[in-house]
Amino acid sequence: MSQPLVAISGLTVAFNGVPALRGIDLEVGPGEAVGLVGESGSGKSVTWLAALGLLPETARVAGSVRLGGEELLGAPPARLDTIRGGRVAMIFQDPASALNPVHRIGKQIGEALRLHRGLTGAAARAETIRLLEQVGIPDPARRIDIFPHEMSGGQNQRVMIAMALAGQPELLIADEPTTALDATIQAQILDLLSRLRAETGMALVLISHDLGVVADLCDRVGVMYAGRIVEQAAAATLFAHPAHPYTAGLLAALPDMDGPRRRLEAIPGFVPEPWAMPPGCAFAPRCAFATADCAAATPASAEITPAHHVACLHPARSTPAAHPARNLHP
Amino acid sequence: MMPLLTLEAASRTYRTRHGLFGKPSDVRAVDRVSLEVAPGRTLGIVGESGCGKSTTGRLALGLETPDAGSVRFRNTAMPPQGSAEWPALRRHMQLVFQDPLGAMDRRLTIAAQIAEPLHIHNIGSPAERAERVAALLRDVGLRPDQAARHPHELSGGQRQRAVLARALATDPALLVCDEPISALDVSIQAQIVNMLADLQAARGIAILFISHDLKVIRQISHDIAVMYLGRVVERGDPDTIFAAPIHPYTKALVSAVPTPGPRRRERIVLTGEPPNPADRPTGCAFHPRCPAAMALCRAEDPPAVTLPDGREVACHLALTPDRIAA
Repeated sequence: MSQPLVAISGLTVAFNGVPALRGIDLEVGPGEAVGLVGESGSGKSVTWLAALGLLPETARVAGSVRLGGEELLGAPPARLDTIRGGRVAMIFQDPASALNPVHRIGKQIGEALRLHRGLTGAAARAETIRLLEQVGIPDPARRIDIFPHEMSGGQNQRVMIAMALAGQPELLIADEPTTALDATIQAQILDLLSRLRAETGMALVLISHDLGVVADLCDRVGVMYAGRIVEQAAAATLFAHPAHPYTAGLLAALPDMDGPRRRLEAIPGFVPEPWAMPPGCAFAPRCAFATADCAAATPASAEITPAHHVACLHPARSTPAAHPARNLHP
Repeated sequence: MMPLLTLEAASRTYRTRHGLFGKPSDVRAVDRVSLEVAPGRTLGIVGESGCGKSTTGRLALGLETPDAGSVRFRNTAMPPQGSAEWPALRRHMQLVFQDPLGAMDRRLTIAAQIAEPLHIHNIGSPAERAERVAALLRDVGLRPDQAARHPHELSGGQRQRAVLARALATDPALLVCDEPISALDVSIQAQIVNMLADLQAARGIAILFISHDLKVIRQISHDIAVMYLGRVVERGDPDTIFAAPIHPYTKALVSAVPTPGPRRRERIVLTGEPPNPADRPTGCAFHPRCPAAMALCRAEDPPAVTLPDGREVACHLALTPDRIAA
């Protein structure tokens, strides 16, 4: 990768002394689509809330987050205000609670245009209509004056995306953007995000618990577990040759849509609580391959093949002929 | 085999009114739905929000009474709520929801909650009940020491196991599961899906499994029904339907399932959103979003027809197979 757009290194977050992030290293290139998958509490959202200074003051954040060379951690609030919604925009799972219920949608998009691009009056209105059209809201000139409750969940998410685009961001962070939506609407929003990326050239970070959604949209994927990125690779590599037992376990736990039905290979146990982290590798107590070494120290991330990083003492070796997800837990 | 549960052209309509003086309008939540659940088998109902899948589940349990058509359990009509037969019926059918915390009493221990149905239905002596609770805990994979815990002391997956243990306490013949794993993490979902399959194999229990997740529905169901705006649009064997869906709505749903790895088929992106059930389109309710709609679809609601491969489809195109768009 040439100069990364965002470079996160050694990022840690603790809430009241309890660690939530335990050392994140992640880079996002200009125009790149990076997926972050993991189960609840794995730290995928906290990573980006910390990076953008959106965590409450009780959170202790350390490490480094650089946007095009500029350090964001500890940057003055006024500086972060221009970056958030400007160079970096973020959308969330629940658009209805992110939008202001008492303001017309046009006014809310207009506010972003005024703050980040200095547009007001007729110019702002024209640009708002253009943005609504770009995100696929039918009849935008009329819809600009309606309220969020007059629209469906899918359309509210489109409005959120229009607001995000108002600042012409170089990076859009989408946190579970389709989780609350129905299947056919999810397909529409994924389609929209992929089209917008092609049109604007912006980079995308897609945070999701759904490996399928991430596979659909992303060039590169990071898998998170208990506050760390345990595996990181090109999407095609990760899904064909998962090397970390947790990644392989997640894939094997998913039912197939075709072929014979097999018993699902559930990962035993559950995710450790942040205040009761096992020593060494956090996944070891649930891992079929764990040895005594795994509990000794947290495994460092190593590059097992070019651009494929795994934090595991016993990573699976690539076996192109077989499906490693099936073979890992016989 | 005689079906355990039969819905025959069952409909449920709600009357709503827009505003105080608005004209009342009828919302057909469930529209002429015919389904069968055989003993020991799983029927999966899949569809998006507002398609009527939860109301169908409530009809199946007798919690809602159909306005037209019939619902029969063991070939007997559902008794009205409050009748003498009502409590006896409850013993044979149980319901499991998406949110286990909401379904539990936060002040009671897990053991007390699992024992409650035994008290209500007067099953066993106190000693037998204690033994039964211990056996149920074991069956759902909870440890004996977790019996004394309260709901908030368990994880989401463990709570759903406890809810299942309680549902199984009366040894029901039918379990209606409404999105039972949607709130759980992927690795925990697989644990619960496997456990349901094991419990079914061991106890011969029939399951009506309601979900929006096609992958899970395919995994767990012997038969499936796809619902759209109150109607069953396609019904039959899950492998047949998911491998080669015929109804254009099923086609879009199947194509939209996000799967890790290379995409196997082109995603069909439907335009628009499911219409408001109170403002139902004429003819086939799916026609405004259907890429293959023709003039007939706007005028006439298609009847459900059974095809040679055994599946049932409610689509005009199914009657003229050569016109089905690829």
